[in-house]
Amino acid sequence: MDFKSSDTITGPRSEDVLPHTAAAAVKVVVVGGFGVGKTTMVGSVSEIRPLTTEETMTQAGIGVDDDYGSESKTATTVAMDFGRISISEELVLYLFGTPGQERFWFLWNGLFEGALGAVVLIDTRRLEVSFDVIGRLEERGVPFVVAVNEFPDAPDHGIETLRRALDLEPAVPIMPCDARRRESSRDVLMTLMRYLHSLTATRV
Amino acid sequence: MTPPQQPPHGASPGEEPGGEAPPQRERRDPDNPERLYVLTGEDSERAPLDLVTLIVARGEAAPTAQPEHSAVLRLCRTPISVAELSAYLALPFSVVTVVVTELLGSDLVQARAPIVRSALPDRSLLEAVMHGLQKL
Repeated sequence: MDFKSSDTITGPRSEDVLPHTAAAAVKVVVVGGFGVGKTTMVGSVSEIRPLTTEETMTQAGIGVDDDYGSESKTATTVAMDFGRISISEELVLYLFGTPGQERFWFLWNGLFEGALGAVVLIDTRRLEVSFDVIGRLEERGVPFVVAVNEFPDAPDHGIETLRRALDLEPAVPIMPCDARRRESSRDVLMTLMRYLHSLTATRV
Repeated sequence: MTPPQQPPHGASPGEEPGGEAPPQRERRDPDNPERLYVLTGEDSERAPLDLVTLIVARGEAAPTAQPEHSAVLRLCRTPISVAELSAYLALPFSVVTVVVTELLGSDLVQARAPIVRSALPDRSLLEAVMHGLQKL
């Protein structure tokens, strides 16, 4: 195994260290197609410079081409950028931005299962890249909000047209955002938390 | 070219504010099976560690400890998530969980479990998160 010698490992900067009182963490996942600004959003609200974690997945080929019955496997490394927001002395929020290769996201153990919810970031120039992930979130019962990252040259369809095109459930929030701006990304997370809060109210 | 789809929910088609209508999502076919992908290795010998489980050292590494163990212990003198350990050590998440599981087994670290989404989300937790976000 390729392991950096202990001497060369750069740990967190002193200001990036969590207090001893940090007792528990929660996570939110930002999903969307390649280049829609997921890492930008993670970076704009994170209190630390975004970090990258990775996982190795094995793809088992199933009956593809003429190799019926053969067990062909290929390993793929999937990387994820993430950031962190200290909510209080005890509670920490981690924000994970999933990269391309969306078929792998849902096999990352516990990534979605334990998450409080997800943000689906979309680019109206390539709306269809988010269709698959929205379907998977619905199937798994992961609550999500949709944030439309507003690029200057992107078509402005209007929020309600996008809601119809994405076939969102009426209660699912959809909002414009500018992922480069901290306040805008923060507002998206606030909308997600309010939405999750409203779900508790309707179930009690 | 196929003609554009009628919008659902009885909305009237016609003029779209942004010009050409956006592509329409089709609901996924539930019978469409997932492609088969599996995580490398067996999970049976690993502690149930999440990306955001916080790890805290309880002791110092023995001088004879493996370098991975020493490195993890050094990084978790203050609470640190498994994801951060993976990032700083430049090791895959599953490899870090193996090292942390060994350290848990020898009682050298403590794991602080994350709060995960449950069937009924915790309202006070969500209120705490909203309060924290407001301060950003």
